[in-house]
Amino acid sequence: MIFVLLLAIPLAGALALLLPAGRFLPGDGAVRRYGVGVSGAALLVALSAAAAFDYGDPSRVQLEIDRDWAPAIGLRFHLGVDGISLPLVLLTALLSLLCFVHALRHPPHGAASDRLLVGLLLVLEVGLLGTFTALDLVLFFVFFEVVLIPMYAVIVLWGGPGRRAAAYKFILYTLLGSGLLLAGMLLVAVNAGTLDATELARRHGAGIAHGVQVNAFLLMVLGFGVKAPMWPLHTWLPDAHTEAPTIGSVLLAGVLLKMGTYGLVRVALPLAPDGAAYWAPWLGLLAVVGIVYGALACLAQRELKRMIAFSSVGHMGFVLLGIATLTPVGVNAALFGNIAHGLITGLLFFLVGAVKVRYGTGELDRLGGGMLTEAPRLASVLTFASVASLGLPGLAGFWGEMLALLGAYRPHADLPRETFVTFMVVGGLGAVLTAAYFLRMLTKITHGAVPADRAAAPAPGPDGPDGTATRTRIAPISRCEYAAWTPLIVLTLLVGLWPKTLLAVTTAPVRALFGGG
Amino acid sequence: MIALISVVILLPFVAAFAGMLLGPRLSETLRARPPRDKAAPHAEAQAEAPAEGRRARWQAAATAERSPLRNGPALIACLPVAVAAVLSAVAAFAVWRTPGTRTGTLTLVETGTVPIEIGLRLDGLPAVVGLMVCLVALAVQVYSVAYMAEDPRYSSYAAFISLFTSAMLLVVYAGDLLLLYVGWEVMGVCSYFLIGHHWEDRANSRAAVKAFLVTRLGDVGFLFGVFVLGVGARSFDIGEIWARAGTLPHATVTAAALLLLAGVAGKSAQFPLHTWLPDAMAGPTPISALIHAATMVAAGVYVVARVYGVFLAAPAALALLGLVAVVSMLGSALAALAQDDIKRVLAYSTISQLAVMAAGLAVGAWNGAIFHLLAHGAFKALLFLAAGCVIVTAGSTMLRHYGGLRTGMPITFWSMTIGLAALVGVPPVSGWFSKDSVIEAAQHAAAHGGDIAAGGVHIPAGVAWTVYAGLLLTAAVTAAYAMRLWLMTFFGEPRGRYEVREAPKLMSWTVAALAVPSAVVGFFGLGAAELRPHLGSAVVALLCAAVGAGAAFSIWNRDPAADPARALGPAREVFARAFYVDELYAAAVVRPVQAVARQVVAVDRRGIDTAVVGAARGARRLAEPLRRPQNGNPQTYLTGLIAGIVLIAAGAVIFL
Repeated sequence: MIFVLLLAIPLAGALALLLPAGRFLPGDGAVRRYGVGVSGAALLVALSAAAAFDYGDPSRVQLEIDRDWAPAIGLRFHLGVDGISLPLVLLTALLSLLCFVHALRHPPHGAASDRLLVGLLLVLEVGLLGTFTALDLVLFFVFFEVVLIPMYAVIVLWGGPGRRAAAYKFILYTLLGSGLLLAGMLLVAVNAGTLDATELARRHGAGIAHGVQVNAFLLMVLGFGVKAPMWPLHTWLPDAHTEAPTIGSVLLAGVLLKMGTYGLVRVALPLAPDGAAYWAPWLGLLAVVGIVYGALACLAQRELKRMIAFSSVGHMGFVLLGIATLTPVGVNAALFGNIAHGLITGLLFFLVGAVKVRYGTGELDRLGGGMLTEAPRLASVLTFASVASLGLPGLAGFWGEMLALLGAYRPHADLPRETFVTFMVVGGLGAVLTAAYFLRMLTKITHGAVPADRAAAPAPGPDGPDGTATRTRIAPISRCEYAAWTPLIVLTLLVGLWPKTLLAVTTAPVRALFGGG
Repeated sequence: MIALISVVILLPFVAAFAGMLLGPRLSETLRARPPRDKAAPHAEAQAEAPAEGRRARWQAAATAERSPLRNGPALIACLPVAVAAVLSAVAAFAVWRTPGTRTGTLTLVETGTVPIEIGLRLDGLPAVVGLMVCLVALAVQVYSVAYMAEDPRYSSYAAFISLFTSAMLLVVYAGDLLLLYVGWEVMGVCSYFLIGHHWEDRANSRAAVKAFLVTRLGDVGFLFGVFVLGVGARSFDIGEIWARAGTLPHATVTAAALLLLAGVAGKSAQFPLHTWLPDAMAGPTPISALIHAATMVAAGVYVVARVYGVFLAAPAALALLGLVAVVSMLGSALAALAQDDIKRVLAYSTISQLAVMAAGLAVGAWNGAIFHLLAHGAFKALLFLAAGCVIVTAGSTMLRHYGGLRTGMPITFWSMTIGLAALVGVPPVSGWFSKDSVIEAAQHAAAHGGDIAAGGVHIPAGVAWTVYAGLLLTAAVTAAYAMRLWLMTFFGEPRGRYEVREAPKLMSWTVAALAVPSAVVGFFGLGAAELRPHLGSAVVALLCAAVGAGAAFSIWNRDPAADPARALGPAREVFARAFYVDELYAAAVVRPVQAVARQVVAVDRRGIDTAVVGAARGARRLAEPLRRPQNGNPQTYLTGLIAGIVLIAAGAVIFL
């Protein structure tokens, strides 16, 4: 029942905003505070669900609700979580709240009212939470699609100068993927005679012909691959991320991409295991191409936000590589990488947004350098996030990448080992390139002296009789920004220092996924 | 005991966070008046007149030591590491009294395959190395209070040293290879931050990036080596791996050992991944002493010693280690001969001495290598910190600006003399004992056709001879560059405009304190048979050293004002540029990668994305003919409708 409540809160919150503005919550500030309240309530519900979860048996689907929805075609309203989805539900609820908190003081500039923005984001949250809790294939697909429209609207209404083209590309591309995905899921479901994901997972593909599985898995991989994004289906992503407002980018990178990889683990792997074994080497190949390609693209990138966007291609490559190994450790790595990337890249997009607002540009060359002099705290947090993102052990980013490579060292027994060991080596070199582009970025913008044009500009500080005037040009970090960033920093440290927090929850269900105990 | 050493690791870790977040606030609480008003004019003075700046810097360092108890970041930095040093001494004492391995596991992290063990493992090796790390870290922290007194970012600097210390101790005490790897990488990032401490200068920033990337390249190999061992032995536990190394397939062990060597070469700055260490001298001098001389760079050698069972099972890897060591030790010793910068001389000397340890491991002198690691930790830290005193006084890092410093700074002079004597291997200073045990082992291996001391393992006899010859040649070159550094710094006439006086007490006394272990650590080796000096090898090595030192002295004596390196002639430039390896890498690796990266961006725009956008455009073009009929003209629609009806009717009539 608790998940009905979890979905109902943001949905009711969004519907309530349809009331005329004059009667309900006049003024933008009130609406934004309302958004914080609603998503905060949703986070509380999610936390109580996490508290009610039985960690002794994380592979069992818990807190279920299973009702008839459209009995004529066998649709059921089936929600629930296990160890695979619980961390993602929490991540979604947390990141949504943080976005609202951030928007409290720093709403995106756009063509429409904050009222619409809050409503759209709440609908988005419904779709995301629904995707991670749905256990019926059609229900899953419905939530999967619900996400698209609000995100499209957020990009097109509050985005940057190239927003229209980016938003079109985003929605058309992902809709195309969704079509393939639906076809793949239905192909399996029709052959198996049920739409229930838990039931299908229990069967491990029994009773579905090999050829059907191969085709269905391909369709599903293409569908989820657009979302993930898997190279070469990634080109919507840099544009969408670059044009979206800060909170849009945070949610896109932090949660939306995870729908693709989560879908692969929740739907594609258990439904068509034979198909997975057939396509896994190709999936692995595209994954490592994505890792190296993303890193190289970042290395030559001139725009900060675009660089972070491309870094997602590389990081999600590690997640896909983990899945492609078809081993418990690889899928564990994927789930860990999902959460870590959500925390770290979410933080990075917040920071990039803060940089762009303060400096008025995201071009690395125009930013020049000396950020550690001008805005030491902002630059320090940016350094922290970059170091976390390049996979430093002891921070969240490391474990996912390391375990994915470990999985590739010994993939599933049916897969060609030499191929995957090669993938491992290439992936490892990709990790070095990842470090290279993050350090290049830090050197370029945080180190060095402040460029002459900025340092020389006379900036009369309000209380600066001495030479501290240059500092006052860059606004200090506001309380809302601290509130939005601190949980991400703390969690990055916590998950990195104590990886057991996540691995203890995911290991058992992942073993069950492959038929083990 | 395990609880004790986990406290040793955690103390600096907590100190790092506390220092980062609370350091400056604590000083404000402790101090009656704000300290900043004094520091600002100093900084300006330094910009205006170099000589004035030097005096100001000396003054700031001297005043800092008058109130160390009121300096918040300094307290947070020094006290925990002092306590950790005491505790690690207790642990080392306990291990000495009752030898044996103590292990403790906090928890097991399930990964879906081989689990990761969060556990520590204490035996003789980690006990002594851990103690050495704590003591050097303490010395460096105390020294830094004065050395970095006028630095506005002292608190973050000290916090990173604390974090580094904690990571290094984790490497030393870890019982699981993946846990060790965590410490290994955290050390790397601390090194990055500290090399780039003065990031206002882009050159420092570039040096930091280079250090991180080159070592990380090696670390990837290291991580894969850990995978190979862990998956092969079904455990990442060091004890298990050592126990099962002999039973693993030969190919597996050899592959693992070779992969581990990649990481070792990166961290311990061995050929071909050595290029980062000389550039890393861009960091503050105490950092060079701690990270780039005594501890982190020694971690590579330490790890080989820690999983030595794996290397004994893979003699091919031992042979490769020996060859890499010979190239590194001789090449970098020659490079040290021609450097102008005192810190770069010491950096190349570090590469060379680390190679001596690696060579010792390659010829089976496990005890000798560790002995040299400990002795080197003491005397190289001493040399760097003493160099820091010289730099503060003379205001330059260039040897050609020094001269005649012997009279004014006796503590530094005598300490550095002891340090250089240890480096050269003059009896009875520590380096003589430790280096001799390595040379003796190499001699033994060479004489016995490659049979190395550790039971029944062979390396090719040619490799053993190469190692032996390399060690002797290096001894000669080492003596030459040490003599050159000693003479150019302390003797002759002063070549710069500076006032010769001893560095502030906090610095000079720390250096003097380090001179004690540098001098006497060697005598501890008398307890073990294989560490006692051997007459034959000792005499040969001493002769080599005497030739090198004598040559350097006689060249210098002809013209004490000039650089003895001039005698190298055309080779000088080659040595000074370290055989152009940097230039080679820039041309062979860095520029190609950058070019490919630019290509990728272009391909992404013009290739893949154009295909996507093109598909959309194609769809629109396809739709264009279909749009034509839908022009909104009812007449056309009606015509179409009627035509359709006629067609259907005609069809029905004809076919039915």
